[in-house]
Amino acid sequence: MLRTGRPRTGPTAGGTPLPAESLPARVRWAVTSWRLAAAMWMRAAMSYRANFVLTSVGSLLVTFLDFLVLILMLRHTGQLGGWTLPEIGLLYGTSGFALGAADLLVGSVDGLGERIRSGTLDVLLIRPAPALSMVCAERFTLRRLGRPLQAALVLGWAMRALPLVWTWPRLLLLAALLVSGTVIFAAVFVAGAAVQFWWGESREFQNAFTYGGATLLSHPPGIYGKELVAGVTFGVPLAFVNWLPLLRLLGRPDPLHLPPVFELASPLVAVLCALGAALAWRAGLRAYRGSGS
Amino acid sequence: MDTSAGLYLAIARGSFRRYSTYRVATVAGAFTNTVFGCVLAATFLALWRARPGLGGYDTAQAVTYIWVSQALLVAVAAWGGGFQDDLQARLRSGDIAVDLYRPVDFLGWWLAADLGRAAFQLLTRGVVPLAAGVLLFHARLPHAALTWPLFVLSALLAVTVSFGLRFLVSVTGFWLDDSEGLRSLMLVVSMFLSGMLLPIGLFPEGLRQAAQVLPWSALIQVPCDLFLEHRTGWSALTALGFQLLWAVLLFAAGRAAQSLATRKVVVQGG
Repeated sequence: MLRTGRPRTGPTAGGTPLPAESLPARVRWAVTSWRLAAAMWMRAAMSYRANFVLTSVGSLLVTFLDFLVLILMLRHTGQLGGWTLPEIGLLYGTSGFALGAADLLVGSVDGLGERIRSGTLDVLLIRPAPALSMVCAERFTLRRLGRPLQAALVLGWAMRALPLVWTWPRLLLLAALLVSGTVIFAAVFVAGAAVQFWWGESREFQNAFTYGGATLLSHPPGIYGKELVAGVTFGVPLAFVNWLPLLRLLGRPDPLHLPPVFELASPLVAVLCALGAALAWRAGLRAYRGSGS
Repeated sequence: MDTSAGLYLAIARGSFRRYSTYRVATVAGAFTNTVFGCVLAATFLALWRARPGLGGYDTAQAVTYIWVSQALLVAVAAWGGGFQDDLQARLRSGDIAVDLYRPVDFLGWWLAADLGRAAFQLLTRGVVPLAAGVLLFHARLPHAALTWPLFVLSALLAVTVSFGLRFLVSVTGFWLDDSEGLRSLMLVVSMFLSGMLLPIGLFPEGLRQAAQVLPWSALIQVPCDLFLEHRTGWSALTALGFQLLWAVLLFAAGRAAQSLATRKVVVQGG
């Protein structure tokens, strides 16, 4: 570890230096902050009860439409790119769950640009809680449970409809996929939002990778060009959210003919993505100079 | 008449200029529309390879459908939005009272502003994905020169119909305090029944017939069919007539709702 002349200490209270907090303690504090802020926003949302019910129903229905479109498509052809409806249901359920869970936890981070523009980010920065937790919990409502819930229902249906025996290793692979996928999408949300520290109005770029990514992943990889598949494997690593592990689960060939180890690498990729997003956020926060308003 | 036309033109021009200042947002949005276009066009290619001629479209038309619908998505505000965001914010802050006192027609003001916005978005977030579709997926451009002005006219009518629907949702804010809930339900209906997610021709019977006569099909399905030259000649004229009819009906309904809402407003002095 590098030693500089200055001791590494936290903020001082009454002239007495406090020891720097450990990483687990800081993570715990960040999670607590998120939980408290989310609870506050939920109470706020519940004060408009009729709107809460309507927006919840709307949210459930709009996510269901995506799957309805797949059903209507397969009604005409029976399969898409050689995949049957239950197999596509597995793709849809896993990508929808990962995106939905990530959106539930950190989705509102995309409102960062708006906060920078209006100068309200400064208010968060002086609060004794991590700004990332505050921004992620912003306007949290249970309405955002709609997408992961609906995706989980489709996933459950697909698991029953597939002619596949659900052994423990398979279930473990699926569980690891859901967690890793959520972390990967959450990292994309946060990294995309960090870009807004430099380009305040770039909010929609992130939609291309999050919502666009989830749409991509709910269809079989074989129907896309090899360049696109390579791009979401080695560029923005979305292929690790569900494509690669599910190819193994369903025993289907990989269009890129990658070594089988790629099909099991999702947890590692998720950790790397989270690290990358954390670095991007820190760099953004350092570059931020306030709005001056 | 002359001066009011000039006034509305100035409002539209101002709105066009306002949206043109969001440069990064425009680039980001055009990029997102292009990414979605690529993903969806690939699925349509796979579908039409399995069943050529599905829904009466050949494969080139089917792929083009995706690119034209992506090009129209933001301009016709199939997701909602546009003037709706501004109007809702003004309802919430109470600034709406000032708007109602202006010596300009309330409905006309917002329509002009929304048309200016749509024109900008059709030129940027419309042209970019369509060009990408032509380059990457060989999207089919119209063969007859006359199709272009017909398409532009149809897109204009689509924005007007969409405005009528969004205006009705927004004015419910005068009664509901916040029209957000109704708006999210409208989004579901609009995305599905406009043909944005799937051409209406692929819907099951019954649902297809209903969707064809409802106003939402005027937003995406009708302008797309004109662009693809799926509807030509007399059929193209009836398509435009259908859009015009809904535009007029919704405009009248909006006007009626507005006069009811105006009576409802209580201005709190200050």
